[in-house]
Amino acid sequence: MPTIGVNKADLYKELGKEYTRDEFDELCFEFGIELDEDTTGVEEPAQLKIEIPANRYDMLCFEGIAMNLNVFLGRQSMPNYTLKSPPSGQLETVTVSKDTAGIRQYFSCAVLRNITFTKARYESFIALQDKLHQNLARQRTLVAIGTHDLDTIQGPFTYEALPPDQIKFAPLNQTKEMTGSEMMAFYDKDKHLSRFLPIIRDSPVYPIIYDANRTVLSMPPIINSNHSKITLDTKNVFIDITATDKTKLEIVNHIIVTMFSQYCEEPFTVEPVKIVSDHNGETRETPDLTPRATQASAAYINSVCGLAESRESLCDLLKRMCYHAKPSTTDDDILEVDVPVTRADVLHQADIMEDCAIAYGFNNLPRNFPTTRAATAAALPINKLADIVRLESAMAGWAEVMPLTLCSHDENYAWLNKPDDNKAVRLANPKTAEYQIVRTSLLPGLLKTIRENRRHAVPMRIFEVSDVAFKDPALERRSRNERHFAACWYGKSAGFEQVHGLLDRVMLMLKAAFVTREDGLEGAAGVAGARYWIEGCEDPTYLSGHAAAIYLQLGGRKEAQRIGTFGILHPTVLKRFELPFPASTLELNVEVFL
Amino acid sequence: MPGTRGPVPIPLHINGGQRDLTAEILEAVDQEAEVGTSTKFPQIPQAEIKAALDRLASRSMVEYDTKDREEVALTKEGEEIASAGSHEYKVWDAVRQAGRLSLKDPSLAGANAKIGQGNAFKLKWVKKDGDALVSLTDSVQDATREQLQCAKENRTFQDPKVQKDFMKRKLVVPQKVISYVARKGPKWAMEMPVEVTDLTAEMIADGSWQTANWKPYNYKAEGAQLSGGAFHPLMKVRQEFREIFFNMGFTEMPTQRFVDTGFWNFDTLFVPQQHPARDLQDTFYVSDPPEAGPPGPDPATDEALAQMDDQDEQDENDSAPASAATRAKDISSKLDYQQYFNNVRSVHQDGAFGSIGYRYPYNDAETKRLVLRTHTTAVSAYVLHRLAANPRPCRYFSIDRVFRNETVDATHLAEFHQIEGVIADFGLTLGGLQAFLKRFFRKIGVPDLKFKPAYNPYTEPSMEVYAWHAGLNKLVEIGNSGMFRPEMLQAMGLPEDLRCYGFGLSLERPTMIKYGISNIRELLGHKVDLGFIEGNPAVRLDRE
Repeated sequence: MPTIGVNKADLYKELGKEYTRDEFDELCFEFGIELDEDTTGVEEPAQLKIEIPANRYDMLCFEGIAMNLNVFLGRQSMPNYTLKSPPSGQLETVTVSKDTAGIRQYFSCAVLRNITFTKARYESFIALQDKLHQNLARQRTLVAIGTHDLDTIQGPFTYEALPPDQIKFAPLNQTKEMTGSEMMAFYDKDKHLSRFLPIIRDSPVYPIIYDANRTVLSMPPIINSNHSKITLDTKNVFIDITATDKTKLEIVNHIIVTMFSQYCEEPFTVEPVKIVSDHNGETRETPDLTPRATQASAAYINSVCGLAESRESLCDLLKRMCYHAKPSTTDDDILEVDVPVTRADVLHQADIMEDCAIAYGFNNLPRNFPTTRAATAAALPINKLADIVRLESAMAGWAEVMPLTLCSHDENYAWLNKPDDNKAVRLANPKTAEYQIVRTSLLPGLLKTIRENRRHAVPMRIFEVSDVAFKDPALERRSRNERHFAACWYGKSAGFEQVHGLLDRVMLMLKAAFVTREDGLEGAAGVAGARYWIEGCEDPTYLSGHAAAIYLQLGGRKEAQRIGTFGILHPTVLKRFELPFPASTLELNVEVFL
Repeated sequence: MPGTRGPVPIPLHINGGQRDLTAEILEAVDQEAEVGTSTKFPQIPQAEIKAALDRLASRSMVEYDTKDREEVALTKEGEEIASAGSHEYKVWDAVRQAGRLSLKDPSLAGANAKIGQGNAFKLKWVKKDGDALVSLTDSVQDATREQLQCAKENRTFQDPKVQKDFMKRKLVVPQKVISYVARKGPKWAMEMPVEVTDLTAEMIADGSWQTANWKPYNYKAEGAQLSGGAFHPLMKVRQEFREIFFNMGFTEMPTQRFVDTGFWNFDTLFVPQQHPARDLQDTFYVSDPPEAGPPGPDPATDEALAQMDDQDEQDENDSAPASAATRAKDISSKLDYQQYFNNVRSVHQDGAFGSIGYRYPYNDAETKRLVLRTHTTAVSAYVLHRLAANPRPCRYFSIDRVFRNETVDATHLAEFHQIEGVIADFGLTLGGLQAFLKRFFRKIGVPDLKFKPAYNPYTEPSMEVYAWHAGLNKLVEIGNSGMFRPEMLQAMGLPEDLRCYGFGLSLERPTMIKYGISNIRELLGHKVDLGFIEGNPAVRLDRE
């Protein structure tokens, strides 16, 4: 969630009240924003750091926060934003070349006439563009904004796409002219701008905006030209917006012009610009500040909120959330709602309903919970089974541990002397080598737990009943979890018969009878219950001659399945996990008992 | 055998088996009514005497009093005077032997000789004769030496003034001495009796328990250390939550899918494809396997759900209910996953179900990207879509692991547990969700909740749940909640009037708050202390 810093004194002045910390906290809480920090005493002038919901682009600057809170408090009504043509009647024009289609095809534009900047307004104007670039514009990939002093340039304008070497201008705050390619090299080391370069770097053509005299305005989404830069003295601001996403293009335009048109000579007016973009059907005048007319059902709002408000009072509630709403004259349930262009977050009448609830006060809503007992309490079968194994292991004197699911490739394979069986799910973008794959065995976690507890008295007896994951091409998710049970004995002697004893105990509790290998192979004709046996096996994780495979034969079946192994860990495994004492481990798949 | 239980172990011999001090004390007490240990056993260190007396006293065989006494001891200079005479005596003796002793004689040099000369003048033992000393008397009484000899013997002075004077002269120093006076106790006996430490089968059989001499139990010591097993504290908290859910009629969702698809983890939840949560910095993407299959039924999940479905109604009407696998297939056959996919796509891209949608070009490839699930809400989406086959009121929950590509620190791990609850019913209200959450959190001992409007792509309204934290003296966020968006539910094919609550919290956070754990790595992962696991008390969330 974005955090916006605003001047505390200015905001309280705008809100017409000197709030205490508690009072302002309360106001934020009710509205659904959060006061993160008050820098009084830390910073001059004091700032309020306010956390804004990620979809409220209309609150990404001081002006938006003040306006929304004032409307919420009933201190002002939602401004009526209007378009106003220049005195000449002639709109500025931007012609979009079809060459832009391959790189950044959407263009939008607006002019703010006779604006008065102060230092604070100017800084807020710049900061809003930054916030929009970071959030809605996804680091300028989707949308980029350029602002210019209209009095330094001359329309009509063109938005084109040219090979980088045919582009040449002095970028913002530089005096030297550079080509597009030179700028890529020049900004490669720039802490701020370098991260945006890849958006266009490898494209054969770069987006570029010219005025009538071929003076460059900007090379979106990287940088504006130095020539047209705005200053505190700028009176007329030309705003260019380029995008790969049509919807977000207009949202950005709306947010910028609505937030700052209040500083124009005639407040809340915006001068539209004509965009000529016939090749993709985007010829139009921008921005379009008409509120979106929609409808909401009063019955629906009342029903979800648990209220019985009249349509009129619902409209009053909505007024405090920046809507213009009135009861429909043709339908006695419907509210005719105008959603202002600032409220791009409103998609459905559910959003309008929520705003009614906020205006009413979440904590004032009647709290009626339906008493119908709808569902049945039921535990997931695999968790019930796992709980049996957990309980029996703990009762047998073993302590449960909870290592992580993610581990390094080596921990899961090489350190256990296992070759990569290509069964593990691999991660594409881990931040550290600790998280390369999803474990296919519980052993690495157990051994790491012992390693971190080396100072604990021996013997240590630990266990875990938890999921590992395997690739499985037959499934939609191309993988599946499997519930495993694993235990480790660590002490001055290896404790092979200890893990064996735990296996026997757990099998007994799961009603699997111990048989010899020979009896098992002979078949289980007439035997109702499950049976298990063990047989010596060679497994590189274990010391040769001290490992056994566990076989299970379910009731009445002839075939048996190998469900796990146990044994004395190979000394090289102990060494890799930095364990000075011997250890024995056990691991088996418990899902077969489901 | 020395006893191993009881007040003090009983070594039968000290000094390498040469001497049994307890036996000697018993002998002495038998002969004399009051035995002063300092006189009777002057050579034995006081600590050993006390240990022997304690052994006997704990059995009430003897009683003893402790005496604190102040004594004087001679310093090195004092000892010398007591044996060889005072400084003035030495001067007089030298003069007497020489008859006439030059003042320059070496025997009159030194600090002690100077003191001796002075005193000898005062006592009129010697006088100056020109540059030499001559004796004035034939015999002297050396009082200083006599007094020191007397003090050495009696360890005290009769006259406190003299003692003070001698202490000033650094000839004696005071000393504190502890000694004991022992006498017969109520259970007086000459011999250490055989003591019984435990009741045995033999004693019951032969009746000797009736006359046995029981060794007193030490009620100040802890009992024997047991080597019991233990559940992990987090699993204990998890179990408490599960029981609360069961108590409130919830069914546990099958969550055995660490890997999920972009479709289920994000798109079905109306999380737009450009949402920051889908960034590489936040979500673990899977490189192998490379790509998911198209959305469809998950047979293992369906079967587990069918197994848990309420069968009461069917049992009454049908003598042989269908197997869970059959019922699972029956349900999934009523669901059209392709239609669902199309609905999700259109509600994102073009708007549908009364929503204008996000209006961005929907990329089918994004839906096939495999991720480690960032929340178990991905499972809730699957379960709710299944509900469309037979829409009805129901309650589901899950507690399982989720993954975030976080930089690990004291409060963040790349994996943790999410507690998730879902309630579907007709006519649900927002205040009803608040009422439910109040009930739920009261069961874990959190009584007062406040609800803050919040933003979440898949719930509208969304409410953050806050509770008063007495320690921090402020409201802290303890969970998230909301009503699932119509864009999400109606795309599944659920009826418009079936509303659905969703709420979630992490398992770790309330556990850390409850038990004052400040570092999550002390709670989850391989760095957790085994001693903490073994010693962690039972979890009783409803009690403080």
